[in-house]
Amino acid sequence: MTFLQATCLVVVALLGTLVVFTRDPLRQAAVTGIFGLGLAALFLAVQAPDVALSQIAIGAIVVPVLVLLAMAKIREHDE
Amino acid sequence: MRSFVALAALGVLGAVLVVAVTGLEPFGHYPGPYGDVLAKVVPDERHTGQLVAATVFDYRAFDTLGEEMILFAAVCGCAALLRVLRSEHAGEGAPGRPVPSFAARAMAAALVGPVTVLGVYVIVHGHLTPGGGFSGGVVVAGALLLAYAGGQGLRLRRVGSITLLEGTEALGAAGFLALALAGLIAAGTLLKNFLALGTSGMLLSAGTIPVGNVAVGLEVAGAVALVFAEFLEQALLEDPE
Repeated sequence: MTFLQATCLVVVALLGTLVVFTRDPLRQAAVTGIFGLGLAALFLAVQAPDVALSQIAIGAIVVPVLVLLAMAKIREHDE
Repeated sequence: MRSFVALAALGVLGAVLVVAVTGLEPFGHYPGPYGDVLAKVVPDERHTGQLVAATVFDYRAFDTLGEEMILFAAVCGCAALLRVLRSEHAGEGAPGRPVPSFAARAMAAALVGPVTVLGVYVIVHGHLTPGGGFSGGVVVAGALLLAYAGGQGLRLRRVGSITLLEGTEALGAAGFLALALAGLIAAGTLLKNFLALGTSGMLLSAGTIPVGNVAVGLEVAGAVALVFAEFLEQALLEDPE
């Protein structure tokens, strides 16, 4: 395991913990996106660029947007 | 009591994880034969160095066909669930969405073109470089979302554009199915390559792989944009009260 791979693994573990301890869903959506980018860097470090690209597309585009839109709908109901 | 059960469950899970991880091959030691076999046969058989694309669109193409149909069915279900009922229509005085700021509009206008080109590039070069129909399709859908977020005139929620997205998704799914059946008709086996393989490294090479990538790209772009549009429509809807 190279230094880069080990660093990526540690960063992913830290970011994952951060996602769990972020309680506000709005902030969690943003932190999840950053966690997704860290995961993409890890995939790149273990020479899986295809998986990294899919991870960027899903983790940075689809998941945060869907969470935000769903939350917009929920807030509207709360008011 | 609850925390005791949770701790016990976590302990068991941790112990099982430790046992599982100690039984793994050492880091970087791939035990299975398939990767090595594919690395040997793909360049000759499919005239491409992109093993992942060759695996997805040839050696396990039937699985890909199944995945395409799963995505298609899932998005159909999502669209049916999120459809706007007649009683849900927004009234005349509905505020709709806030007008984007100048900075947001300028940013979106500057990025829509490059992001679209990037998405199309990732799709059509799927047999040469990492990427392909799935990631490229999501990027194209992201460009559409960018145009929506920064635009004033364009409205994804209009019924016409939703029909267009549904058509794009269906066209992609039907295209992949047609590619599968064309292999059956022209080469005698479902999903078998029937196009010229060309020179490895050229844009038009690797036979059916780029065609499959374009079909998947169309389907994924349509599917993701359709889910975005349906979610947006629901999020912007005013409650009839």
